[in-house]
Amino acid sequence: MTARTNRLGRGALTGFTWLVALLFVFPVIWMVVTSFKHEVDAATDPPTFAFTPTLEQFTTILDRGFLPYLANSAFVTVLSTALVLLLGVPAAYALSLAPVKQTSNALGFFLSTKMLPIVAAIIPLYIISQNLGLLDNVWALIVLYAGMNLPLAVWMMRSFFLEVPTEMIEAARVDGAKLPTVLYRVILPVVAPGIAATALICVIFSWTEFFYAVNLTAAQAGTVPVFLVGFITSEGLFWAQLSAAALLASLPVMIVGWIAQNHLVRGLSMGAVK
Amino acid sequence: MAQVAYAGASRVYPGAHSVRAVDGLDLCIGDGEFLVLVGPSGSGKSTALRMAAGLEDVDEGSISIGDRDVTHLPPKDRDIAMVFQSYALYPHMSVRENMAFSLKLRGMAKSEVNAKVEEAAELLDLTKYLDRKPKALSGGQRQRVAMGRAIVREPSVFLMDEPLSNLDAKLRVETRANIAALQRRLGTTTIYVTHDQVEAMTMGDRVAVLRDGVLQQCASPRELYDTPRNVFVAGFIGSPAMNQLTLPVDGDGVKLGELKVQLPVRVEPGEVTVGIRPESLSLVGEAEDGFDLRVELVEELGADAYVHGTLAGRADKVVVRADGRTPPRLGEAVRVALRDTGEVHVFDPESGLRIGAE
Repeated sequence: MTARTNRLGRGALTGFTWLVALLFVFPVIWMVVTSFKHEVDAATDPPTFAFTPTLEQFTTILDRGFLPYLANSAFVTVLSTALVLLLGVPAAYALSLAPVKQTSNALGFFLSTKMLPIVAAIIPLYIISQNLGLLDNVWALIVLYAGMNLPLAVWMMRSFFLEVPTEMIEAARVDGAKLPTVLYRVILPVVAPGIAATALICVIFSWTEFFYAVNLTAAQAGTVPVFLVGFITSEGLFWAQLSAAALLASLPVMIVGWIAQNHLVRGLSMGAVK
Repeated sequence: MAQVAYAGASRVYPGAHSVRAVDGLDLCIGDGEFLVLVGPSGSGKSTALRMAAGLEDVDEGSISIGDRDVTHLPPKDRDIAMVFQSYALYPHMSVRENMAFSLKLRGMAKSEVNAKVEEAAELLDLTKYLDRKPKALSGGQRQRVAMGRAIVREPSVFLMDEPLSNLDAKLRVETRANIAALQRRLGTTTIYVTHDQVEAMTMGDRVAVLRDGVLQQCASPRELYDTPRNVFVAGFIGSPAMNQLTLPVDGDGVKLGELKVQLPVRVEPGEVTVGIRPESLSLVGEAEDGFDLRVELVEELGADAYVHGTLAGRADKVVVRADGRTPPRLGEAVRVALRDTGEVHVFDPESGLRIGAE
């Protein structure tokens, strides 16, 4: 009896999981399908699944100057993430393995910077950017994205650093390593999966960031999300074009995510102790 | 040469109730000696070891290795190698790299590093595993890598912090003998921390017993067993623990039930604490001299049986070693005799110190 209820329960759970998964993946499937449609097929109601696929939309968006936006996004994402790691790794080390009296205050301060809604800061940020001549400039975005991701990255990486066995660090010190050697040759290799996970999150957040980008950039420094809204015009929605652009926009993140998945978190500090 | 000397060394953890984890430790470990630091958890034995390693500050007193004062030197300048309880191997490095790490940091030539690593691997039976990562090794192999990492450096002192506590019982006994043999062969001064008194007794040239950060006694295993300096050492060394009974003095002895026990030393009138090891007692026939014991628990170990019971007419618990083949039954009253009054230890019940200590 119990075994049967169990099996029934498990079956229901599996069904439910599939349902939720489909619900989540449906918009993505819809986007992929629509991107291969002619604009006419895309506009039908109810949507049709019988259509002749075309690459027309992809050529159109490339013609409309998608590549410079893609380049901007890539540049901003890579540099802001690099900046986050450059500043965040030492900070996370200090806040986890070399704590001082004010460590918890510093951590609280980092977190507090995430409490202000971006909207509340956009006018001062706009004016500052204007005064510095950084409007419509990728460097403004790089600095802002780094600032936006840094607190999160420090908190995340700190938790990975905390998992590093203290005895392993002590062993390195006894083995004759000075702090930089301990950091680069013992601690970093062990926390590398954690740092990779953090970097991935920073990449995703920078890549998809819209609010700063739409307010502080225009034709010169615009990023992919800014390009995407260009399809929502007064002449109407171009569903097929928008889908094609969105697909191209999400591909890099999907690829990076898929690569990272194989290296992430697994095996962190395995075999160091016991 | 590499002798290690603690001179009034203390480690004080500050705070509202500052804790003296190690309190005025005076201890000298001779060149080539194997010294075991033993004590219950929280006794400061690991802290004392870590002070020698430079991983823990020395707040008072000093520590010297050889003829150098190392009190405030960083670990890397002390010419020591340490084996950690958790082994603390570098998980991203192969066994070879783990062992070579310290040598490379010293800037030793690659060929020489390889030669030394291979020599150590040979000694520890690790040659087959040199290119494996720690996670692909068993617990015993990891333990040997941790040892290997220490011996390739040819340090003046080995510091070992409960290196066997993560091994299963059988492997522990085996590794215990191997480490002791290895140390004799290398002749390197060694300080070894353990809470296991069997390890302490079998491995150490001398054993230092710590309690609450204070050194209780430092002596050879035999001496520690035969003439413990106080009731703590008496109770800590030996398994099962020594029977300790506080009894009124009666003339030149004490009365243990009906048995009059003549004490081997002169005592003042009043009370004394007598200590009798379970093996100094034996079960005898009813007609013989002895005291009566009501049996409450029998631990059968095969060759021996330990009989736990209560002294007739008193609340004191007594453990007696008996022949494993004919153990008494629960609830039975048995007669217990003392083998030799010379084996009775006498302590001052107030201070806990041995009376008649030389």
